[in-house]
Amino acid sequence: MPIVQMANLVPVAMTVGSNKIVPTISIPYPLGDPATPKDEQHKLRYNRVKAALEALTADVKEQTVFPVK
Amino acid sequence: MKKAIHYINQFFAGVGGEDKAHFEPELREGKVGPGLALDSVLDAEITHTVICGDNFMGEKTDEAVSRIIDMLKSLEFDIFLAGPAFQAGRYGVACGTIAKAVQEEFGVPVVSSMHIENPGVEMFKKDLYILKGGASAAQTKKDTAAMANVANKLLQGEAVGTAEAEGYFPRGIREQVFLEEPVSAARRGVDMLIKKLAGEPFETELPIPAKDMVDIAPPIKDLSKARIAIVNTGGIVPVDNPDRIQSASATRWGRYDISEMDRLQSGEYKTIHAGFDPAAADADPNVIVPLDVMKEMEKEGVYGSLHPYFYSTVGTGTTQAEAERMGKEMLEKLQEDEVDGVILVST
Repeated sequence: MPIVQMANLVPVAMTVGSNKIVPTISIPYPLGDPATPKDEQHKLRYNRVKAALEALTADVKEQTVFPVK
Repeated sequence: MKKAIHYINQFFAGVGGEDKAHFEPELREGKVGPGLALDSVLDAEITHTVICGDNFMGEKTDEAVSRIIDMLKSLEFDIFLAGPAFQAGRYGVACGTIAKAVQEEFGVPVVSSMHIENPGVEMFKKDLYILKGGASAAQTKKDTAAMANVANKLLQGEAVGTAEAEGYFPRGIREQVFLEEPVSAARRGVDMLIKKLAGEPFETELPIPAKDMVDIAPPIKDLSKARIAIVNTGGIVPVDNPDRIQSASATRWGRYDISEMDRLQSGEYKTIHAGFDPAAADADPNVIVPLDVMKEMEKEGVYGSLHPYFYSTVGTGTTQAEAERMGKEMLEKLQEDEVDGVILVST
């Protein structure tokens, strides 16, 4: 089953063997910084989750960290 | 003569098998079952044996531990031994649980033995001496002898050797030793490197556990038709935590119906994860389980459909073994619903 991990500590995800990784912005709030306006949070969350969905379709041969805008 | 207390399960006590797995904790005088073998090589007398059903210990852990601790309060003993548990998972976890509790409560040394695949090893190797045991009761003589070897040193107040020398699972305890021939760490490191470059064998002073790689699953071909599920280890649960998922070292997971909502509401969902400040996630659970944007993208046709549940557990302190088990259990549910891909959010 293809799976993408969204995580902040990318080196940890790599070490434990995650194959597809999309970085998040922090540990307590991976997909939305409460110090920023709601619409900014929403935009970040939308973009990163979309990147994760697209990563599910990527044909990679080794552990890959997918870049986010 | 020093005194020992031995813990065994219902099976090794001869009480019964699975039918007696709910056997309530019982204290008996003297040695029972494998206690005979153990006693014969131990520099102590097994004065009492605690017997408890594996399911009782597993399902009513607090009660089992509390009752056993109470039984032991009036007894004098110098050491506590549990098992050997071989590959029996519930038994190994029970041995680790009770041994750790006894060590904490009474301050006596505790020793157990389990096969490497016993989940009790991963859970408790740091808390007590767990000897590397065999796969079945056929190894009783060998395993009890190994337990006694370490136990006897503890009883005499002698130094217990390294994990490798004594045959127990490394406890993650690093000790400084002075080498007989002083060789600086720099010199030792360079010597290893020279050997490595020359393709010669060398022994590392700090083994890093081997990475357990999983084959990369075939990618989703058509995202617009794919069914996607959300899983998280950030501990997002309904506010009453109905599945009583633990805030650390979780062994339980839950799944929660999201078919009738557009986002997770604060006050209805929260995080129970003990590893970070919950304020942000409690105020907006969508920062960990991004239900809002997933629902939007479903409407927009970015992907086919959203599985009607999100799955949750807590990732802090959770053992690899437990995580693997929970993952397999979640996978079963996902496969039943023909989910094509998963987004896992960790914290």
